[in-house]
Amino acid sequence: MADFETVTVETDLLICGGGMAACGAAVEASYWAKKHGLKVTVVDKAAMDRSGAVAMGLSAINQYVDLNSGNNTLKDYLDYVRNDLMGVTREDVVANIARHVDSSVHLFEKWGLPIWKDEEGKYVHEGRWQLMINGESYKVIVAEAAKNALAEAEGEYFERVFITHPLMDGDKCVGAIGFSTREKKVYVFKAKATMISMGGAVHVFKPRSTGEGFGRSWYPPFNSGASAFCTIYAGAEMTCQEVRFIPVRFKDAYGPVGAWFLLFKATATNAQGGNYMQENAAELDKWEPYSKVKPCPANLRNWLMMLDVMDGKSPIYMQTHKAIQAIADQAPDEKAAKRKLRELEAEAWEDFLDMTISQAILWAATNTQPEEKPSEIMACDPYFIGSHSGASGAWVSGPEDLQTEETKDEYCWGYANMTTVNGMFAAGDASGASSHKFSSGSHAEGRIAAKAAISYIVDNSDAPNVDQAQVDALTAEILKPLDTFAEHSAETTDPDINPNYIRPTQFMYRLQKIMDEYAGGVSSQFITSDKLLEKGGELLTYLKEDVDGLAAGDLHELMRCWENVHRMYQADAHMRSILFREETRWPGYYFRSDKPSIDNDNWLAFVNCTYDRNSGEWTMQKRPVKYISQ
Amino acid sequence: MPSYVNAEKCDGCKALDTTACQHICPNDLMVLNTETTKAYNQEAAQCWECYSCVKICPTQAIEVRGYADFVPLGASVTAMRSTEDILWTVQFRDKGIRPKRFKFPIRKGVAEGQAQAFDHYPTGDDDLKSPTLMCEPSGLNTEDGPVKMDKVPTL
Repeated sequence: MADFETVTVETDLLICGGGMAACGAAVEASYWAKKHGLKVTVVDKAAMDRSGAVAMGLSAINQYVDLNSGNNTLKDYLDYVRNDLMGVTREDVVANIARHVDSSVHLFEKWGLPIWKDEEGKYVHEGRWQLMINGESYKVIVAEAAKNALAEAEGEYFERVFITHPLMDGDKCVGAIGFSTREKKVYVFKAKATMISMGGAVHVFKPRSTGEGFGRSWYPPFNSGASAFCTIYAGAEMTCQEVRFIPVRFKDAYGPVGAWFLLFKATATNAQGGNYMQENAAELDKWEPYSKVKPCPANLRNWLMMLDVMDGKSPIYMQTHKAIQAIADQAPDEKAAKRKLRELEAEAWEDFLDMTISQAILWAATNTQPEEKPSEIMACDPYFIGSHSGASGAWVSGPEDLQTEETKDEYCWGYANMTTVNGMFAAGDASGASSHKFSSGSHAEGRIAAKAAISYIVDNSDAPNVDQAQVDALTAEILKPLDTFAEHSAETTDPDINPNYIRPTQFMYRLQKIMDEYAGGVSSQFITSDKLLEKGGELLTYLKEDVDGLAAGDLHELMRCWENVHRMYQADAHMRSILFREETRWPGYYFRSDKPSIDNDNWLAFVNCTYDRNSGEWTMQKRPVKYISQ
Repeated sequence: MPSYVNAEKCDGCKALDTTACQHICPNDLMVLNTETTKAYNQEAAQCWECYSCVKICPTQAIEVRGYADFVPLGASVTAMRSTEDILWTVQFRDKGIRPKRFKFPIRKGVAEGQAQAFDHYPTGDDDLKSPTLMCEPSGLNTEDGPVKMDKVPTL
């Protein structure tokens, strides 16, 4: 076996991940840990300053409930999320995040994040729930507060350590194992409680661009399904694994459209200038009651556009020049109009430069000035992102104080955001059925989960029992791809083409081809069926067996091997869940040709699933949707 | 390739344990070639073009060339990040279009490294079982917001 040193770290709370949820967790955990003499450890596969989905920055904070203004209530937010997800959401978890998120946002400002303000010093809203920010350093600032918090509480953080598996003591999580991507070291973390907050999953599906542009996914390519895998592998009940999210963004570079639609009031049309939201409005009759509530659910906005795309009415355009002209026309005179145009131009470019620089490059490379001509928009590829308009993640306990008589037995089992696995908590993309948290809500959810985890640790203070035999077996499994490569690579004259093994890039391509063709990817226009899913499942079985054949030439490639194993488990849960739900509920995310309508009589429910790592069997189940707002 | 290193400007981050770009890349792409002592992007098709490497490079040796499979040649977007703001220059493929320059704030009121995690607002109670998070409930309020929460709200 490859010769690695094993580093053992003992801690009280282990936070796996370094993104928004993990940084929220680090701050909150440090606060309470300091009071109770406990230790907090964070482990990130990258460097916290620029890790996770907010690495590049953001131009808006998409969840600010603004409770203090009196304009919005918690119920208003629940109504919004419930309807956007076509009725399927855990209102108790959503409400819990919504009631805390404003304090995270106010803390961001105290930590140095510039939030746009108007002449009266009030936050500028992009939309009802969204604030505009100068967010290039959003992650840097949030990470800084997290690191400073950890330092104050004498916690620690590890960077460039890739978590591969949770460590289990029966049905309890007792830590996690992984390896350094810089040195030959295996890391064994022993913890009294473990938080899973390692983001969502990208590149489970084949992206639209397959050359260099492969890396230009809307959600980052380095979100590789670690949260989903660790919770699945631990045997945690998972939820909403069928609810992928497909954003519609500026084509190819995937720049944000939120400011254009909400702030600049732009409209999008097909190639003939037709507004598909109006021309295809009759389609909405099929998706009631959710389709008739404003704002129209994101998946239905996608769907109406996809109908035009499938009808050959592309390219689809965002009429940027018309929007800008309309705003400038409102100016009182020509000088004011010119000034307004300059302001709008700066805002339009900042929107991209703060979070999707590639879109600015693409505009520059195609000589696009938004005030002069429209730009194409298009659906991206499917992503797993429970923090946004997707919903996939682990099934977690809600907070006790928000439960009703009807919900408490179903939705609450002791500690907020604990999964069904003892001692394993989930926040951010890792936590499911709690859509529309975005960056700020993920931070708030990290805080919620962290406080609950500290409470759990105080109540369950026995040292974790980590089985050395389990550690040894996992260590061998983790390092195997290096051994495989070392053993066989010299047998052919091209180390990429060898009958004994498969390198992680080709493994990923095979996974993506299966998902693209059988599970409703881009080339299938997001359409699938029972027969396609069954065939896809068959092909996935061969891929699962070929995990044994993965080979890695170095630490970077070893990480790629495990990232793709993680993606594969997300894919498996996804296909099974689409198949189990015998209807189409989110047609703009996926459409089942064999079950082409919504069936609220039978399927207003959660599709949950649990994996048994010992037998390899999945158990699918329906759970009731119960609202706390009604 | 998406992010690339100018051979003349890169000095391999002499005297550092690891190159700055290798330290920061969220997808573990930037690597030092120990023979040439210059950094390079080892997996361009995995590059998100996040510019983390561009912004951190102490010799400004790194730039981005848009993905060649859908971005026409000849344009560039460059960044110069300082402690409080960032300066962007957008050069179009058509050199007849004047380059655009923008300066945006990146941080306000708090010097780099100085974000104090706690104590911006008092924490209402010490009870681990309560829903009150650090800095709440007062951190939920703003100075001019009419609604002043005195505890974490419920439905």
